[in-house]
Amino acid sequence: MLSLREVSVRYDGVCAISGVSLDLPDGEILAVLGPSGSGKSTLLRAVAGLEPAEGSIAWDDRSLAGVPTHRRGFALMFQDGQLFAHLSVAANVAYPLRLRRIGRQERARRVAELLELVGLGGYDARLPGTLSGGERQRVALARALAVEPRLLLLDEPLSALDAGLRERLVHDLRRILRAAGTTALLVTHDQDEAFTVADRLAVVREGRLVQEGPVAEVWRSPADPDTALFLGYARVLRDGPAATVARAAGVSVHGDVVVAVRRSALVLDETGPLSGEVLEARLTPDQLRLVVDVEGVGEVDAVGGAGSHPAVGERVRLRAEQARLSLLH
Amino acid sequence: MERRHLPLTRGSSRNRGSSRNRGSSHNRGSSLSRPLGLLALAAIPVAVLGIFFLLPVIGMVGRGFRPEGRWDVPGVLAVLGRSQVQSALWFTVWSATVATAVTVLLGLPAAYVLHRLALPLRRLVRAALLVPFVLPTIVVGIAFRVLLTGPLSWLSIDGTPVAIIAGLVFFNVAVVVRAVGAAWESLDARPAEAAAALGAAPWTVFRTVTLPALRPAIVGAASVVFLFCATSFGIVLTLGGLRYRSVETEIYLLTTNLLDLQGAAALSLLQLVVVVLLLAVGARLRAVPPSGQRVPVRPHRPGVGDVPQLLLTALVLGFVALPVGALVVGSLRVEGRWSLANYRALTSTGSHQALLEPATTALDLSLRIAVDATLLALTLGLLVALSVTRRTHSRAERRLRGTLDALFMLPLGVSAVTLGFGFLVTLDRPPLDLRDSPWLVPIAQALVALPLVVRTLVPALAGIDDRQRQAAASLGAGPLRSAVVVEVPVLWRPLLAAAGFAFAASLGEFGATSFLARDENATLPVVIYRLIGHPGPMNYGMALAASCVLAATTAVVMLVVERLRVPSLGVL
Amino acid sequence: MRLRALATIGTTVLLATTGCAVTAKNDAGVSTGSTTGGGSTTGGGSTTGATTAPKIKDVVLVTHDSWNLPKKLVAQWEQQTGYHLVVRASGDAGRLTNKLVLTKGAPDGDVSFGVDNTFATRALKAGVFATYTPATVPAGVGQYDVAGDDGSHLTPIDHSDVCVNVDTTWFAAHKLPAPQTLDDLVKPAYKGLFVTPGASTSSPGMAFLLATIAKYGDAWPDYWKKLMANGAEITDGWDQAYEVEFTQGGGNGKRPIVLSYDSDPAFTVKDGTTTTQALLDTCFTEVEYAGVLAGAKNVPGAEAFVDWLLSPQVQAKLPKSMYVFPVVAGTPLPADWATYAKEPTQPLTVSPAQIDANREKWLQQWSDVTSR
Repeated sequence: MLSLREVSVRYDGVCAISGVSLDLPDGEILAVLGPSGSGKSTLLRAVAGLEPAEGSIAWDDRSLAGVPTHRRGFALMFQDGQLFAHLSVAANVAYPLRLRRIGRQERARRVAELLELVGLGGYDARLPGTLSGGERQRVALARALAVEPRLLLLDEPLSALDAGLRERLVHDLRRILRAAGTTALLVTHDQDEAFTVADRLAVVREGRLVQEGPVAEVWRSPADPDTALFLGYARVLRDGPAATVARAAGVSVHGDVVVAVRRSALVLDETGPLSGEVLEARLTPDQLRLVVDVEGVGEVDAVGGAGSHPAVGERVRLRAEQARLSLLH
Repeated sequence: MERRHLPLTRGSSRNRGSSRNRGSSHNRGSSLSRPLGLLALAAIPVAVLGIFFLLPVIGMVGRGFRPEGRWDVPGVLAVLGRSQVQSALWFTVWSATVATAVTVLLGLPAAYVLHRLALPLRRLVRAALLVPFVLPTIVVGIAFRVLLTGPLSWLSIDGTPVAIIAGLVFFNVAVVVRAVGAAWESLDARPAEAAAALGAAPWTVFRTVTLPALRPAIVGAASVVFLFCATSFGIVLTLGGLRYRSVETEIYLLTTNLLDLQGAAALSLLQLVVVVLLLAVGARLRAVPPSGQRVPVRPHRPGVGDVPQLLLTALVLGFVALPVGALVVGSLRVEGRWSLANYRALTSTGSHQALLEPATTALDLSLRIAVDATLLALTLGLLVALSVTRRTHSRAERRLRGTLDALFMLPLGVSAVTLGFGFLVTLDRPPLDLRDSPWLVPIAQALVALPLVVRTLVPALAGIDDRQRQAAASLGAGPLRSAVVVEVPVLWRPLLAAAGFAFAASLGEFGATSFLARDENATLPVVIYRLIGHPGPMNYGMALAASCVLAATTAVVMLVVERLRVPSLGVL
Repeated sequence: MRLRALATIGTTVLLATTGCAVTAKNDAGVSTGSTTGGGSTTGGGSTTGATTAPKIKDVVLVTHDSWNLPKKLVAQWEQQTGYHLVVRASGDAGRLTNKLVLTKGAPDGDVSFGVDNTFATRALKAGVFATYTPATVPAGVGQYDVAGDDGSHLTPIDHSDVCVNVDTTWFAAHKLPAPQTLDDLVKPAYKGLFVTPGASTSSPGMAFLLATIAKYGDAWPDYWKKLMANGAEITDGWDQAYEVEFTQGGGNGKRPIVLSYDSDPAFTVKDGTTTTQALLDTCFTEVEYAGVLAGAKNVPGAEAFVDWLLSPQVQAKLPKSMYVFPVVAGTPLPADWATYAKEPTQPLTVSPAQIDANREKWLQQWSDVTSR
């Protein structure tokens, strides 16, 4: 189990991350989510031993202070540029096995197994320079898994890939990691990626840890408005409008209320408690997306089921789904 | 799972390793116009090289092949069978190889320490490392001998090949440090970090990840150093005590003393063959698939693991500083006492009027000629680099480019004697009666500096992503404008680095310059040589003082260049 | 960043303009030579033609590195004659000769000084020089003429002797008698004390080799083997031998026996006596010649120059400027020279024709004996 206590990293007097504490149990995947420049990569590098850090980083209650990178047993994966350009794919994957002096036959077996696992069977003799971005990342993953590391550290592994490829690979990544039972720390700025791959979620902003916990929990109850927005909630409503929507969803509220709503929180419903005027309507392959000016609330997003076609300016009624909004404290 | 089988060829993997080979397929035009365009760009440098290098060399070698107006090829080849020639060839090859190996071994840790560790004064040290380049070999020879027969006589290597190799290493370690260091500075750190995380200890990371990535830079530097060592003349003579003969000293002897042009021609051919072989081998070894984007890395503070490299670097620096120190000490002593008299005497013409003009005049002249030569070398080198790094598609073009690249390395491999005499012999008739031209010395110096300039600019230009040019073009910029916008920002720093090298090389150039001296106006190295050759109480001390002034000037110029320079993408 | 860019551009422009300035100056200085030289090819024909054809101002002298006459003297001559002397000096006598042979027909200048007796035959055989004998040849000059040429192409200007020199103070301090002859140098008592420049790279070194050939005939390789076995040091140039290795040189040398010139004792005078001595039994004479180059552009000027070199003013200045003895008998020598620089009465000699015929063979043999 990885334990971080009050970890801070300083660059030239500026604090890149400060006071981060979290735990990562074995076999789980933690996603560290945050906008660019929030210090999440620095946190990862500190755990890997590539940056000098204050505070305590421990594995299974044994401190890692003073342990150099190559002795920690944590494998690293970057978004690009980490394969050894002068070695073939098979040689790249076999590299950590050679370091551990594993015999040639055993090496060949492991390499074939890993390449199959990541879907690149038969690519043994190719050179990294001839592979596409996605293929390179898969080779890097195979290489990282070759030695069954205690912890796999992934630094925005899918950021350099295009959207379609990313979607495909993100599922593969989760499947492979679960199948191997690897503990992993994934750093990303893409919340979809975080949701798909990870078990636990840590949100980092401006060097500080804002929230941490199982994905579903964090997702359901963001710690503050900025986090909520970052996690994909479309808007954050306060006071009156917040209370209106909350009551419409059947949640009783008292006093000052802050409510974060997803885009699909308000649904077109002729029997719904809210009413408003349609400002925008856009049809997407999955659903109808609307922006509605709701009485007592203001401008909010809403969705309509397939089959409903309100026009701009039309008055409609909406209901609020409790599962898709969140009360913030 | 979808698998992409992309039919890529080795050639296109140069462009960033991206599988999408969207090369500049737009401006294809006719298949002839591109090679022609290439030639047009390279026309001026090729013309200069042709007139001022190829013509003289061919003229001299031709005289050897036609001793009395008749072709005598067998006679020339028979020279190669002489036992002295064979032993000279053997000595040249093994001494150059050993010297290159030692230089690379010592230069690597120094390159690491001076380019990757954040140490104070490292710019100063890097600038000071170039001083050996500038010192006239005769002065270095004297400094070495003074050391080896004095304070270091317990080593008893005076007059042995070890002394020769030490001298060669002294001159050339700076080339390795700067070339490999520049490449190291811009090396992507991520493969190394990934390897460390996979369990590779620091030495294993260096051996399996860093060294292969540095191979192009190391090979480039090693080939330049080998050429310098194989054509070294002054060091072999002064430190070997005439007991060791290399191809270069044999050429000198045959041409200037025995006037055996046949023999000299045979040996010049031999030298050219060695050079061409070396360039071919070097080109082959350099062809490693490129790594990804270049991410400039900040130098980090030295740690405990860096101690061996620091020690080795201190050793190298000490080794380089000793002869220079001997020079400085020698220049400050007058009749056993410390004094600045030698320096003051530089404004005079020496004891017994050893000189025709004071040494300070010579320094002034040297600086101006060096400026001319540097500007020439930069212009020509830029044209060559531009033409050599155009994106090409046909094999013929690629061969042409490769030939051009190799052609401009040739001046490094040819004896100064052949070139110098060649000038006199071929440039004496109209329309090429250029013997009296004041441009002769700057051009000769520029030709010697040209390979260094080209080797610096080519990697920088080759590293520019073609997509940037295409982006500029798609935004409406014509070829010239997009060149300015895209290439100049990348180029001006390597240009400065190349300028510094060219300036240092031409300040210290002695071989060709001494052959081309036209009048009383001599450059400083020639003056130093004359001072040493005239007996008189002050002359020896003045020669040492003038050498120190030369060294200091170079160091200052290099420091200025260093200030303006940031981690470059160059190989020098 | 902008400031730096501006500074760089400014510096470059400044350097470029100052740099080019000197080439402009060079252009001005030399172009007069080349334009006038190229302009009148008929100007320099014969001595009678000088009165009718326009006079070329520049006289170009091709010589070696040791050329050194006082500027005032040259200026005097220029004023008197109206000529302007352009000096092209590089290398030593050997390189000079070879340069002349290579550029025969289209010579680099008008007159040459510095071809010596060891290279004279090569130059004469190649036809480098035009015929010219000064109208009045002073007494004593004739004995230095090249055998066979008898002064018709080459005019002797100075002579010196290459001899073994010893540091008398060192021998006195070590209570050792100084060597006197070539035979002494191979004696065990003088092991490791001798240094000489090499014959293949230095003309005094060559002269020493010739001295041993003159003395020992065909057995000279044996002598050299013994010399090397006795710890003799070979350097590539005279300067290395004298300045670095010799105990009386500029550095702190360790060898008290050096090969140098008979005039050197005049330069090591301390407290009224000289600390070195030339061994007069080991000397080889070198004579330097001047001659008009065949195909010269300015023949009258060249001839006037040769005449001037034999004039009393120049001959008197030769010792102090170029460390050589004048050929004109009766020329006054500087005080130090008269006292300390002794000339040998019977120097060793080898004929120039023999030198030319055997040079290559001798040098190869010498190299084999002295290299490892």
